Amino acid sequence: MADAAVPTAARTPDYNEDVVRKFVIASVFWGVVAFLVGVYIATELAWPQFNLGLSFINFGRLRPVHTSAAIFAFGGSALLGTSFYVVQRTCRARLFGGEALANFVFWGYQFFIVMAALSYVMGFSQSQEYAEPQWHIDLWLTIVWGAYAVIFIGTLMKREEPHIYVANWFYLAFILTIAVLHIGNNLALPISVFSADAYQVAAGVQNAMIQWWYGHNAVGFFLTAGFLGMMYYFIPKAANRPVYSYRLSIVHFWSLIFLYIWAGPHHLHWTALPDWTQTLGMAFSVMLWMPSWGGMINGLMTLSGAWDKLRTDPALRFSVTAVGFYGIATFEGPVMSIRDVNALSHYTDWTIGHVHSGALGWVAFISFGALYYLVPVLWHRSGMYSTRLISWHYWIATLGIVFYISSMWVAGIMQGLMWRAYDQFGFLQYSFAESVVAVHPYYVIRMIGGLLFLTGALMMAYNMIRTVRGPTAARDTAPPLLATVAGE
Amino acid sequence: MFIRHEFIERNAFLLLILTLITIAIGGIVEVIPLFTIETTVEHVKGVRPYSPLEQRGRDIYVREGCYLCHSQQIRALRDEVERYGHFSLAAESMYDHPFQWGSKRIGPDLARVGGKYSSEWHYAHLINAQSVVPESLMPHYAFLADTPLETADIEARLRTLRAIGVPYTDDDIANAAADMATQASPNADNAELLKRYPKAITVPGDGRVVTEMDALVAYLQVLGTMVDFADPANENLQQ
Repeated sequence: MADAAVPTAARTPDYNEDVVRKFVIASVFWGVVAFLVGVYIATELAWPQFNLGLSFINFGRLRPVHTSAAIFAFGGSALLGTSFYVVQRTCRARLFGGEALANFVFWGYQFFIVMAALSYVMGFSQSQEYAEPQWHIDLWLTIVWGAYAVIFIGTLMKREEPHIYVANWFYLAFILTIAVLHIGNNLALPISVFSADAYQVAAGVQNAMIQWWYGHNAVGFFLTAGFLGMMYYFIPKAANRPVYSYRLSIVHFWSLIFLYIWAGPHHLHWTALPDWTQTLGMAFSVMLWMPSWGGMINGLMTLSGAWDKLRTDPALRFSVTAVGFYGIATFEGPVMSIRDVNALSHYTDWTIGHVHSGALGWVAFISFGALYYLVPVLWHRSGMYSTRLISWHYWIATLGIVFYISSMWVAGIMQGLMWRAYDQFGFLQYSFAESVVAVHPYYVIRMIGGLLFLTGALMMAYNMIRTVRGPTAARDTAPPLLATVAGE
Repeated sequence: MFIRHEFIERNAFLLLILTLITIAIGGIVEVIPLFTIETTVEHVKGVRPYSPLEQRGRDIYVREGCYLCHSQQIRALRDEVERYGHFSLAAESMYDHPFQWGSKRIGPDLARVGGKYSSEWHYAHLINAQSVVPESLMPHYAFLADTPLETADIEARLRTLRAIGVPYTDDDIANAAADMATQASPNADNAELLKRYPKAITVPGDGRVVTEMDALVAYLQVLGTMVDFADPANENLQQ
């Protein structure tokens, strides 16, 4: 296993790196877009005048642009790109299906993103959270995703390595489960083949359960399993250490994918969903804490004996901090899934803070770590243009996250407490509008946090552009990041 | 390990199949019984399909992503019941394709907003929310009042909904266009409309052209009003 964790580059097949490069560029681009739209809608919530009375930039239409850009465009491009990179290296095989199929997946996926974003601002949405695109766009994504699965599984099949490396288990689970969830949650009947409008086949309580089976596992498999795949390749590579525990990776892989799928009903506590389903959702969500921390421990302990690298390699600092945030978010999640905690936290900004400690702290940071690793390798540069700029990105982004999640904790818990507060006469103490006024300062702080995070991402984009435009390394002998460090 | 994992990770096909089985179990156990257990949706009197205008208003609500700020699900908690009214029943959203329970309250819950304010208030509020609620964060939806409602496809819409389980009759579908016009004309005779759709609120449109805002207000005004909780026959709401 130690061999597989750090594959030797003795005999390098002709890998398809072109498609990985494209996905890296797309990921950085969409990251900036996602954060920019996020900052804008945060501004709209702080000062509603920023809606400008224009239908196409109303909060209701821009919010799905933000979530889709962050999850599917930024995160998705990072996942597809890294999975293509990792599966080739760890299987020692070129991508199955040739250049054309890989390019189809790239352009098809980008087309999906653009179509989805345009449809939201033009006023098309099926208003299923994180599954807003209409039926024809869903159909297109199904085709692209199928092609992606063919490439990935085909490459696994023709591998030269006897074992399938652990990162690929997670990528495979991500690809398969997202396919199942996407189809299951988007069953809708169009009003005509020429119309964009359709009605969900399921209604009411069943629709709610299916939506959160999808919604929570978009988190579980898109934002967790996929990025764990990323973690299992790039942390061992950057730290130059084998994965800490082979046995732990087996136990936590199977338990994670088994337990996650049950956790959806915790989004529906105290609602009209039957109690038995809520209880199952809560119980499995609490159990999920263990395999989640299994992954965290495996990631962090891989650094054993290489912790000193954190001082000199800010890209690795991103990856390791990401695992830390993963640990925080996957502890907070089970706590919030307990029905009595959820009674307070649900419908409030606490949930928004929780999502962002996962999305910014875990998903974005593990992606940044991988992107900083990949750019010099893919463009054959001796290292990133500026290590100092990576360090600045790291601290500004971290500060941004702290602003974001702490303001949302305060705002969320305050909302929850105000909504349930009673005065001395036994009446509800606050009107809803009073709770809206009370959270205003925290909405401003949240916007500033987002602005800091966006600034960091712009530094990253600049750093990468300068790296790609800079001189080519004479030979790829030294580990690229160490070379920069030595130069500093 | 009683099974050698080495065997699985050397066989891509086996890994694929075992992964699929592992991820299928939870969903099957939680979703399928909701369709088969009869008590999942309570049997209450009063829940009816949306009138054509209400359904079109619902389409606007869905299109604009209102659910991102407004929930439609009053939880069975003391303060929520006092603030918003009787906790939501599964039956009350049984014709909601898609459901719009939401997950965030940037604004208040709307599950029982119907009848709480006058229709005129809703028009003013949708055009400029801050004019009636100064603290509000809501965007302005004045453009809905300027946009004529697309009405030509109403029969296709009701037929599609019928195909997925909403019990519209042939009569409902044949009269859909007329019902829609009636519900947006305060001076029209609405006896037929009320027979098909009890408690449907006629909105004070301008009488010439039905706008998207007329439809949205008609929808908001029916929310949560269908079940009569004073009726003793509805007392046993156990799931």
